[in-house]
Amino acid sequence: MKVSEIVEKLDLKVYSGRKGLDREISGGYVSDLLSDVMGNAQEGEVWITLQVHQNVMAIASLKDLAAVILVNNLEPHENTVRHSDDENIPVLGTSLSTFEISGKLYQLLNQ
Amino acid sequence: MKSFRTDLHIHTVLSPCGDLEMSPLRIVLLAKERGLDIIGITDHNSTRQCKVVWELGQKAGLTVIPGCEATTREEVHCLTLFPDFDALNEFQDFLDMHLTIIPNEASLFGYQVVVDEDENILEEFHNYLGASLDISVEEVEQKVHELSGIFIPAHIDRPRNSLFSQLGFFPPELKVDALQISKLAEEIAVRQKYWIKPDITLVKFSDAHYPEDLGKTYTIFEMEEPSFAEIRRALKGEAGRKVIIPQ
Repeated sequence: MKVSEIVEKLDLKVYSGRKGLDREISGGYVSDLLSDVMGNAQEGEVWITLQVHQNVMAIASLKDLAAVILVNNLEPHENTVRHSDDENIPVLGTSLSTFEISGKLYQLLNQ
Repeated sequence: MKSFRTDLHIHTVLSPCGDLEMSPLRIVLLAKERGLDIIGITDHNSTRQCKVVWELGQKAGLTVIPGCEATTREEVHCLTLFPDFDALNEFQDFLDMHLTIIPNEASLFGYQVVVDEDENILEEFHNYLGASLDISVEEVEQKVHELSGIFIPAHIDRPRNSLFSQLGFFPPELKVDALQISKLAEEIAVRQKYWIKPDITLVKFSDAHYPEDLGKTYTIFEMEEPSFAEIRRALKGEAGRKVIIPQ
Protein backbone atom coordinates (compact mmCIF):
# COMPACT_ATOMS: atom_id res chain seq x y z
CA MET A 1 0.00 0.00 0.00
CA LYS A 2 1.24 3.50 -0.81
CA VAL A 3 1.30 6.49 1.55
CA SER A 4 -1.21 8.30 -0.67
CA GLU A 5 -3.73 5.50 -0.09
CA ILE A 6 -3.58 5.73 3.70
CA VAL A 7 -3.89 9.53 3.42
CA GLU A 8 -7.13 9.02 1.56
CA LYS A 9 -8.52 6.13 3.56
CA LEU A 10 -7.64 7.50 7.01
CA ASP A 11 -8.44 11.09 6.10
CA LEU A 12 -4.96 12.36 7.00
CA LYS A 13 -3.69 15.88 6.56
CA VAL A 14 -0.50 16.24 4.49
CA TYR A 15 1.80 18.83 6.08
CA SER A 16 4.88 18.30 3.92
CA GLY A 17 6.99 15.92 1.84
CA ARG A 18 4.35 15.49 -0.89
CA LYS A 19 6.89 14.07 -3.30
CA GLY A 20 7.07 11.03 -1.03
CA LEU A 21 3.37 10.18 -1.22
CA ASP A 22 4.01 7.25 -3.57
CA ARG A 23 6.33 5.54 -1.07
CA GLU A 24 5.41 1.94 -0.38
CA ILE A 25 4.46 1.02 3.22
CA SER A 26 5.86 -2.12 4.87
CA GLY A 27 4.21 -1.69 8.29
CA GLY A 28 3.89 0.67 11.22
CA TYR A 29 5.81 1.67 14.34
CA VAL A 30 4.56 3.62 17.36
CA SER A 31 6.88 5.42 19.77
CA ASP A 32 7.62 8.87 21.20
CA LEU A 33 11.16 8.08 22.25
CA LEU A 34 13.36 8.88 19.29
CA SER A 35 16.16 6.71 20.64
CA ASP A 36 13.77 3.75 20.54
CA VAL A 37 12.73 4.49 16.95
CA MET A 38 16.38 4.71 15.94
CA GLY A 39 16.92 1.26 17.34
CA ASN A 40 13.73 -0.56 16.42
CA ALA A 41 11.81 0.92 13.48
CA GLN A 42 12.17 -0.91 10.16
CA GLU A 43 12.56 0.43 6.64
CA GLY A 44 9.29 1.41 4.96
CA GLU A 45 7.27 1.68 8.16
CA VAL A 46 4.88 4.50 8.99
CA TRP A 47 5.87 6.09 12.31
CA ILE A 48 3.07 7.33 14.58
CA THR A 49 4.20 9.87 17.20
CA LEU A 50 3.43 13.06 19.08
CA GLN A 51 6.99 14.42 18.74
CA VAL A 52 7.20 17.36 16.33
CA HIS A 53 10.92 18.14 16.64
CA GLN A 54 13.14 18.28 13.55
CA ASN A 55 15.12 15.26 14.79
CA VAL A 56 12.04 13.21 13.85
CA MET A 57 12.85 13.74 10.18
CA ALA A 58 16.52 12.90 10.56
CA ILE A 59 15.55 9.58 12.12
CA ALA A 60 12.82 8.95 9.53
CA SER A 61 15.46 9.49 6.86
CA LEU A 62 18.09 7.37 8.64
CA LYS A 63 15.64 4.46 8.93
CA ASP A 64 14.15 5.13 5.48
CA LEU A 65 10.60 5.26 6.86
CA ALA A 66 7.64 5.71 4.52
CA ALA A 67 5.94 8.55 6.43
CA VAL A 68 5.34 10.10 9.85
CA ILE A 69 1.86 10.58 11.33
CA LEU A 70 1.45 13.24 14.03
CA VAL A 71 -1.46 12.57 16.38
CA ASN A 72 -3.86 14.77 18.39
CA ASN A 73 -3.81 17.61 15.79
CA LEU A 74 -0.15 18.32 16.58
CA GLU A 75 1.64 20.32 13.91
CA PRO A 76 5.25 19.84 12.82
CA HIS A 77 7.90 22.40 13.72
CA GLU A 78 8.96 24.56 10.74
CA ASN A 79 12.38 22.84 10.58
CA THR A 80 10.61 19.49 10.56
CA VAL A 81 8.59 20.61 7.54
CA ARG A 82 11.76 21.74 5.76
CA HIS A 83 13.55 18.44 6.36
CA SER A 84 10.44 16.51 5.31
CA ASP A 85 10.39 18.35 1.98
CA ASP A 86 14.15 17.89 1.54
CA GLU A 87 13.98 14.16 2.27
CA ASN A 88 10.68 13.53 0.47
CA ILE A 89 9.25 11.76 3.51
CA PRO A 90 5.69 12.96 4.15
CA VAL A 91 4.62 14.35 7.52
CA LEU A 92 0.92 13.59 7.96
CA GLY A 93 -1.53 14.61 10.65
CA THR A 94 -4.68 13.36 12.33
CA SER A 95 -7.03 14.59 15.03
CA LEU A 96 -7.16 11.04 16.40
CA SER A 97 -5.13 9.77 19.36
CA THR A 98 -2.21 7.37 18.94
CA PHE A 99 -4.41 4.45 20.03
CA GLU A 100 -7.15 5.19 17.51
CA ILE A 101 -4.99 5.92 14.49
CA SER A 102 -2.77 2.90 15.20
CA GLY A 103 -5.82 0.65 15.30
CA LYS A 104 -7.12 2.00 12.03
CA LEU A 105 -3.76 1.75 10.29
CA TYR A 106 -3.23 -1.80 11.55
CA GLN A 107 -6.61 -2.84 10.25
CA LEU A 108 -6.00 -1.20 6.88
CA LEU A 109 -2.57 -2.77 6.39
CA ASN A 110 -3.80 -6.23 7.39
CA GLN A 111 -6.94 -6.39 5.27
CA MET B 1 43.42 28.81 40.60
CA LYS B 2 41.40 27.22 43.38
CA SER B 3 39.30 24.06 43.40
CA PHE B 4 35.60 24.18 44.20
CA ARG B 5 33.39 21.13 44.77
CA THR B 6 30.30 21.94 42.77
CA ASP B 7 26.89 20.27 42.52
CA LEU B 8 24.48 22.26 40.35
CA HIS B 9 21.58 19.80 40.29
CA ILE B 10 19.73 19.66 43.62
CA HIS B 11 15.98 19.41 44.29
CA THR B 12 14.19 20.83 47.32
CA VAL B 13 10.85 20.20 49.01
CA LEU B 14 9.28 22.18 46.19
CA SER B 15 9.79 19.38 43.65
CA PRO B 16 6.92 16.89 43.90
CA CYS B 17 9.48 14.08 43.95
CA GLY B 18 11.78 15.95 46.36
CA ASP B 19 11.87 14.61 49.92
CA LEU B 20 10.18 16.79 52.53
CA GLU B 21 13.49 16.66 54.39
CA MET B 22 15.07 18.70 51.58
CA SER B 23 14.42 22.06 53.20
CA PRO B 24 16.66 25.05 52.42
CA LEU B 25 18.16 24.85 55.91
CA ARG B 26 18.92 21.13 55.67
CA ILE B 27 20.40 21.47 52.19
CA VAL B 28 22.72 24.31 53.19
CA LEU B 29 23.83 22.58 56.42
CA LEU B 30 24.48 19.26 54.68
CA ALA B 31 26.25 20.88 51.74
CA LYS B 32 28.61 22.67 54.12
CA GLU B 33 29.09 19.61 56.34
CA ARG B 34 29.88 17.39 53.35
CA GLY B 35 32.36 19.76 51.76
CA LEU B 36 30.49 21.27 48.83
CA ASP B 37 31.51 24.82 47.87
CA ILE B 38 28.89 25.64 45.25
CA ILE B 39 25.37 24.28 44.87
CA GLY B 40 22.66 24.86 42.28
CA ILE B 41 18.97 24.75 43.21
CA THR B 42 17.05 23.15 40.36
CA ASP B 43 13.49 22.14 41.15
CA HIS B 44 11.25 20.90 38.37
CA ASN B 45 9.91 23.84 36.36
CA SER B 46 9.98 26.27 39.27
CA THR B 47 12.54 28.67 40.73
CA ARG B 48 10.49 29.66 43.75
CA GLN B 49 12.59 27.98 46.44
CA CYS B 50 15.89 29.47 45.26
CA LYS B 51 15.82 32.75 47.16
CA VAL B 52 15.58 31.22 50.63
CA VAL B 53 18.39 28.76 49.91
CA TRP B 54 20.52 31.59 48.50
CA GLU B 55 19.96 33.72 51.62
CA LEU B 56 20.90 30.86 53.93
CA GLY B 57 23.90 30.18 51.73
CA GLN B 58 25.04 33.78 52.09
CA LYS B 59 25.01 33.44 55.89
CA ALA B 60 26.79 30.09 55.82
CA GLY B 61 29.44 31.00 53.26
CA LEU B 62 28.08 28.67 50.60
CA THR B 63 27.67 29.80 47.00
CA VAL B 64 24.12 29.08 45.77
CA ILE B 65 23.30 29.38 42.07
CA PRO B 66 19.57 29.78 41.40
CA GLY B 67 17.80 28.00 38.56
CA CYS B 68 15.51 25.10 37.75
CA GLU B 69 15.29 21.81 35.88
CA ALA B 70 13.05 22.61 32.93
CA THR B 71 11.02 19.94 31.10
CA THR B 72 10.73 20.74 27.39
CA ARG B 73 7.78 19.65 25.23
CA GLU B 74 9.88 16.68 24.09
CA GLU B 75 10.21 15.82 27.82
CA VAL B 76 13.92 16.51 27.85
CA HIS B 77 15.12 17.65 31.29
CA CYS B 78 17.50 20.63 31.18
CA LEU B 79 19.33 22.50 33.94
CA THR B 80 18.92 26.25 33.66
CA LEU B 81 21.02 28.49 35.92
CA PHE B 82 20.98 32.26 36.24
CA PRO B 83 23.45 35.01 37.25
CA ASP B 84 21.00 37.02 39.38
CA PHE B 85 17.42 37.20 40.62
CA ASP B 86 16.27 39.63 37.92
CA ALA B 87 17.09 37.03 35.28
CA LEU B 88 15.66 34.27 37.45
CA ASN B 89 12.36 36.08 37.96
CA GLU B 90 12.03 36.75 34.26
CA PHE B 91 12.58 33.06 33.62
CA GLN B 92 9.92 32.26 36.23
CA ASP B 93 7.43 34.37 34.25
CA PHE B 94 8.41 32.39 31.17
CA LEU B 95 7.80 29.10 33.05
CA ASP B 96 4.41 30.33 34.26
CA MET B 97 3.47 31.16 30.69
CA HIS B 98 4.49 27.78 29.28
CA LEU B 99 3.88 25.09 31.90
CA THR B 100 1.12 22.66 30.91
CA ILE B 101 -1.62 22.98 33.50
CA ILE B 102 -2.27 19.68 35.27
CA PRO B 103 -3.61 19.77 38.86
CA ASN B 104 -1.17 18.15 41.28
CA GLU B 105 -2.45 15.09 43.10
CA ALA B 106 -0.19 15.27 46.14
CA SER B 107 -1.01 11.74 47.27
CA LEU B 108 0.35 10.39 43.97
CA PHE B 109 3.06 12.84 42.95
CA GLY B 110 4.10 14.39 46.27
CA TYR B 111 3.76 17.77 47.93
CA GLN B 112 4.96 20.95 46.23
CA VAL B 113 5.70 23.52 48.88
CA VAL B 114 7.90 26.56 49.36
CA VAL B 115 9.23 26.87 52.91
CA ASP B 116 11.05 29.63 54.74
CA GLU B 117 14.42 29.37 56.46
CA ASP B 118 12.79 27.92 59.58
CA GLU B 119 11.03 25.25 57.52
CA ASN B 120 7.57 26.83 57.84
CA ILE B 121 5.42 26.25 54.79
CA LEU B 122 4.84 29.56 53.00
CA GLU B 123 2.98 28.37 49.95
CA GLU B 124 1.74 25.22 48.26
CA PHE B 125 1.61 24.93 44.48
CA HIS B 126 -1.37 23.19 42.95
CA ASN B 127 -0.29 22.77 39.34
CA TYR B 128 1.89 19.69 38.84
CA LEU B 129 5.49 20.85 38.42
CA GLY B 130 6.53 17.58 36.80
CA ALA B 131 4.45 18.43 33.73
CA SER B 132 6.20 19.61 30.60
CA LEU B 133 6.46 23.08 29.11
CA ASP B 134 4.74 23.61 25.76
CA ILE B 135 7.93 24.74 24.01
CA SER B 136 10.87 22.98 22.40
CA VAL B 137 14.31 22.34 23.85
CA GLU B 138 15.72 24.97 21.47
CA GLU B 139 13.19 27.58 22.60
CA VAL B 140 14.07 26.97 26.27
CA GLU B 141 17.79 27.18 25.46
CA GLN B 142 17.33 30.45 23.57
CA LYS B 143 15.41 32.02 26.46
CA VAL B 144 18.06 30.95 28.97
CA HIS B 145 20.84 32.42 26.84
CA GLU B 146 18.85 35.62 26.22
CA LEU B 147 18.86 36.03 30.02
CA SER B 148 22.64 35.33 30.18
CA GLY B 149 21.98 32.01 31.88
CA ILE B 150 23.69 28.63 31.65
CA PHE B 151 21.95 25.77 29.83
CA ILE B 152 22.92 22.15 30.58
CA PRO B 153 20.83 19.16 29.41
CA ALA B 154 20.44 16.93 32.49
CA HIS B 155 21.44 13.26 33.04
CA ILE B 156 22.02 12.67 29.33
CA ASP B 157 22.88 8.98 29.86
CA ARG B 158 19.49 8.11 31.38
CA PRO B 159 16.97 6.04 29.38
CA ARG B 160 14.21 8.58 29.91
CA ASN B 161 13.85 12.35 30.03
CA SER B 162 17.29 12.83 28.55
CA LEU B 163 18.33 14.66 25.40
CA PHE B 164 19.34 11.37 23.78
CA SER B 165 16.43 9.21 24.94
CA GLN B 166 13.86 11.75 23.77
CA LEU B 167 15.52 13.06 20.63
CA GLY B 168 17.80 10.22 19.55
CA PHE B 169 20.84 12.36 18.88
CA PHE B 170 22.20 15.84 19.52
CA PRO B 171 19.87 18.40 17.84
CA PRO B 172 21.99 20.31 15.31
CA GLU B 173 20.94 23.82 16.33
CA LEU B 174 21.10 23.42 20.12
CA LYS B 175 23.74 25.45 21.99
CA VAL B 176 24.73 23.91 25.32
CA ASP B 177 27.16 25.17 27.95
CA ALA B 178 27.80 21.58 29.09
CA LEU B 179 26.06 18.22 29.36
CA GLN B 180 25.35 16.63 32.74
CA ILE B 181 25.95 12.92 33.28
CA SER B 182 24.32 11.01 36.14
CA LYS B 183 26.04 9.86 39.26
CA LEU B 184 26.98 6.33 38.18
CA ALA B 185 27.98 7.26 34.62
CA GLU B 186 31.57 7.28 33.39
CA GLU B 187 32.66 10.22 31.30
CA ILE B 188 34.63 8.28 28.68
CA ALA B 189 31.90 5.67 28.17
CA VAL B 190 29.22 8.34 27.77
CA ARG B 191 31.33 10.27 25.27
CA GLN B 192 31.79 7.14 23.18
CA LYS B 193 28.22 5.92 23.38
CA TYR B 194 26.67 9.22 22.29
CA TRP B 195 29.50 10.45 20.02
CA ILE B 196 29.97 13.61 22.06
CA LYS B 197 32.51 15.95 20.54
CA PRO B 198 35.60 16.73 22.64
CA ASP B 199 34.79 20.46 22.68
CA ILE B 200 31.57 19.82 24.66
CA THR B 201 32.17 19.90 28.42
CA LEU B 202 30.71 17.14 30.58
CA VAL B 203 29.85 17.63 34.25
CA LYS B 204 28.55 15.20 36.87
CA PHE B 205 26.00 16.32 39.47
CA SER B 206 23.91 14.50 42.07
CA ASP B 207 20.29 15.22 41.01
CA ALA B 208 19.71 14.87 44.77
CA HIS B 209 16.12 14.37 45.90
CA TYR B 210 17.01 13.06 49.39
CA PRO B 211 19.44 14.27 52.06
CA GLU B 212 21.59 11.14 51.69
CA ASP B 213 22.29 11.98 48.03
CA LEU B 214 23.92 15.29 48.91
CA GLY B 215 27.69 15.67 48.79
CA LYS B 216 28.62 12.34 47.18
CA THR B 217 28.43 13.46 43.58
CA TYR B 218 30.08 16.63 42.34
CA THR B 219 32.41 18.12 39.76
CA ILE B 220 35.56 20.01 40.66
CA PHE B 221 35.63 23.51 39.17
CA GLU B 222 39.12 24.96 38.97
CA MET B 223 38.75 28.73 38.78
CA GLU B 224 39.49 32.01 40.55
CA GLU B 225 36.44 32.35 42.79
CA PRO B 226 33.02 30.74 43.39
CA SER B 227 30.93 33.01 41.15
CA PHE B 228 28.52 32.58 38.25
CA ALA B 229 30.89 34.35 35.85
CA GLU B 230 33.75 32.04 36.85
CA ILE B 231 31.53 28.95 36.49
CA ARG B 232 30.76 30.00 32.94
CA ARG B 233 34.47 30.51 32.20
CA ALA B 234 35.40 27.16 33.74
CA LEU B 235 32.79 25.39 31.60
CA LYS B 236 34.41 26.99 28.55
CA GLY B 237 37.89 26.10 29.79
CA GLU B 238 39.01 29.71 29.56
CA ALA B 239 42.46 30.89 30.65
CA GLY B 240 43.49 27.80 32.58
CA ARG B 241 40.12 27.23 34.19
CA LYS B 242 38.63 23.76 33.87
CA VAL B 243 36.20 21.22 35.27
CA ILE B 244 37.21 17.77 36.47
CA ILE B 245 34.86 14.86 37.14
CA PRO B 246 36.39 12.86 40.04
CA GLN B 247 37.08 9.22 39.16
